Amino acid sequence: MSLEPEVLWLDEQRVVSLAELVDLSGLTQEEVLELVHGGALPVREMRGTICTFSAQVISVARTATRLRDELELDMAGLGVALRLLERVRGLEDEIARLRALLPRS
Amino acid sequence: MKYSDYYAALGVERGASQDEIKKAYRRLAQKYHPDVSKEPEAEARFKEIAEAYQTLKDPEKRAAYDELGRRPQGEDFRPPPDWARQHAGGEQFSFDDMDFSDLFSRFGGARGAGPFARGNSSMPGEDFEVPAEISIEDAFSGTTLNLQLSMPEYDANGGIRRVPHLVKARIAPGAVDGQRLRLPGKGGKGFNGGRAGDLYLDITLKPHRLYRATGHDLYVDLPLAPWEAALGASVEVPTPGGAVNLKVRPGTSSGQKLRLTGRGLPKPRGGAGDLYAVAQIVVPQELSERERELYGELQGASQSNPRGNLESA
Repeated sequence: MSLEPEVLWLDEQRVVSLAELVDLSGLTQEEVLELVHGGALPVREMRGTICTFSAQVISVARTATRLRDELELDMAGLGVALRLLERVRGLEDEIARLRALLPRS
Repeated sequence: MKYSDYYAALGVERGASQDEIKKAYRRLAQKYHPDVSKEPEAEARFKEIAEAYQTLKDPEKRAAYDELGRRPQGEDFRPPPDWARQHAGGEQFSFDDMDFSDLFSRFGGARGAGPFARGNSSMPGEDFEVPAEISIEDAFSGTTLNLQLSMPEYDANGGIRRVPHLVKARIAPGAVDGQRLRLPGKGGKGFNGGRAGDLYLDITLKPHRLYRATGHDLYVDLPLAPWEAALGASVEVPTPGGAVNLKVRPGTSSGQKLRLTGRGLPKPRGGAGDLYAVAQIVVPQELSERERELYGELQGASQSNPRGNLESA
């Protein structure tokens, strides 16, 4: 039995490096950078070779790994799928916000 | 262990070609992949499909699977001694605590492709992602989750066993729908000194009797009597931190949002969302004689026209 393990919040305040993102996601560095350049992985800061991300991106990158491995998507397909998933998430949030305004009964 | 009919899972004949198996997997994976599917039970269905494909796409594993014969789906099952001798490294091999899927994932252990076969090389443990549902009260005050997980772990032979794990995770206040948390080293154990995997928690909020959450903001219906909405009132509104008094301005309409700043859910790094009381004017369903009289008087005296905006110019 494990007691009180460390719990890290994957939110916009926590910053991860490119190397950490590669390590945690299972994508290669080249794949991460290709998704960054295609606009599918939002980067927090890019200065020369330094590239950092908010920790929220870890979940997106892990989704990319699953889609790559389990649906055998190539990089172009992955980029499109991630952008569409992000749009779906945004629309679902908007629906949830509008539903919250509706009376319960 | 329970027998799984992998051919049925993929919807192909037992004599299907490798190409037919691959096509069937792709078609079903696109439909049921949990990251993209809204089908009911998508995750469980995808797990079955992926498990079937992992075995049937590999000719060696498929041949071993076929040797087990055809059985009804879900039948209690134990590999025969001959099969164990040939594929699992000996008749004495114990199949206790193994899932049917583990039978084939351990294949490399006895036959040359799994961690055991890699000599002394280490293998990192598997990462796990699990949903964790908490209440709005838990999101407000924080909570400790006791997660009962069954994780596959490598045994000394490089085979895989299901091992129960209890993971206790302290969730600080402020976790809302869609928040993901990472517990480093709390996933599957590594093999031969490999690092342990991580555990990821995907937080969702349970529906609440009173509150509807969106991010850290909360919405609650605020029923008002017609005279409270017309004349204004001071009413008690429930919030997760305790009831507060809210001044309702005269002339409040149904659907109007009355904001209680900072009375929503706390944010993990300080501050809090807002709570919105959404006014709902509740008209009495039955009127006493006196009430009917007063509403009649009001009808005669009122200059208000609620449908003014519908009239043509």
